Amino acid sequence: MSGKVGIVIVSHSPDVAKGAADMVRQMVGNDVPLGFCGGNPDGGLGTSVEKILAAIDQAWSEAGVAILVDLGGAETNSEMAIEMLPDERQGKVVICNAPVVEGAVMAATESWGGSSLAEVKKTAEELSPQ
Amino acid sequence: MRTSAVAPPLDRFIDTLAQRIVAASEELTALDSAIGDADHGLNMKRGFEAILAERASLVAKPLPDALKAMGTILVMKVGGASGPLYGTLFMTLGKELPADPSVADAARAMAAAMTALKARGKADLGNKTMLDVLGPLADHLGSGGASFASIRKLAAESAAATVPMKAIRGRASFLGERSIGHMDPGARSSQIMIDAVCDVLEGKA
Repeated sequence: MSGKVGIVIVSHSPDVAKGAADMVRQMVGNDVPLGFCGGNPDGGLGTSVEKILAAIDQAWSEAGVAILVDLGGAETNSEMAIEMLPDERQGKVVICNAPVVEGAVMAATESWGGSSLAEVKKTAEELSPQ
Repeated sequence: MRTSAVAPPLDRFIDTLAQRIVAASEELTALDSAIGDADHGLNMKRGFEAILAERASLVAKPLPDALKAMGTILVMKVGGASGPLYGTLFMTLGKELPADPSVADAARAMAAAMTALKARGKADLGNKTMLDVLGPLADHLGSGGASFASIRKLAAESAAATVPMKAIRGRASFLGERSIGHMDPGARSSQIMIDAVCDVLEGKA
């Protein structure tokens, strides 16, 4: 796909993940690779390493992938998913310390402009209190 | 403590661990509803039911490979932060333990698991987590004077000691001072697993 940084949204709730992805699509159209997932392996509230790996795959870009997460388990499971990626992909995926909805929209907008993975992460993280 | 001559078969470990965790599911979820998101019992039950579903292939493996495979199942199936955390525990023990471990091997493997878990959870002792049960166990095993009775007693005391702690990590940390007064669900599930392993090694389960 494009050389733009991919965005992955990981929420405990499938509805939140899809809603945030809808907002990203409205902002940046289809130019930014996007993956999203929510829910535990049974479909209840939670997160799943398997689903996160699939979402990273869906949003894959050689420019890298920025992951936005909501609560604790989403971050821990995303870190685990990154470690399970093939070596050549591991260094190209980062988790942003940012609110999931606003962070996803800001990160996608930055990616749409052609920014690097580091710039995308920095822009998303400007939303977090330091 | 046991010698290699009486090492119990792997199926007894798997069955006993799974039975105890499934039986404690409601208790763990109740603890988690007080200070977390009320899913610890359900998540751990899902993870260990997934382990039971793979029982036949797990029991055919040498201990280190079986532990690594159990860790991977927990990572993939639990669905909460406890998946990567307990997954890291089992995978690290699988990497560090020989097929027929001594107490000294167990002490060294638990110490390695503590390092891995601190990194995975970005947590440390005193943060009101499973580390507050597993850390003292690692030290106790390393002391050379551990008995089944002393291990069970230490695990129970360590889990109880999380009650007055204030949570620093995880969802419970959002509650701040209000997390004080409740036992940490991860500390309790760790205690349950330690009891289960002692019971199997001692021939009581």
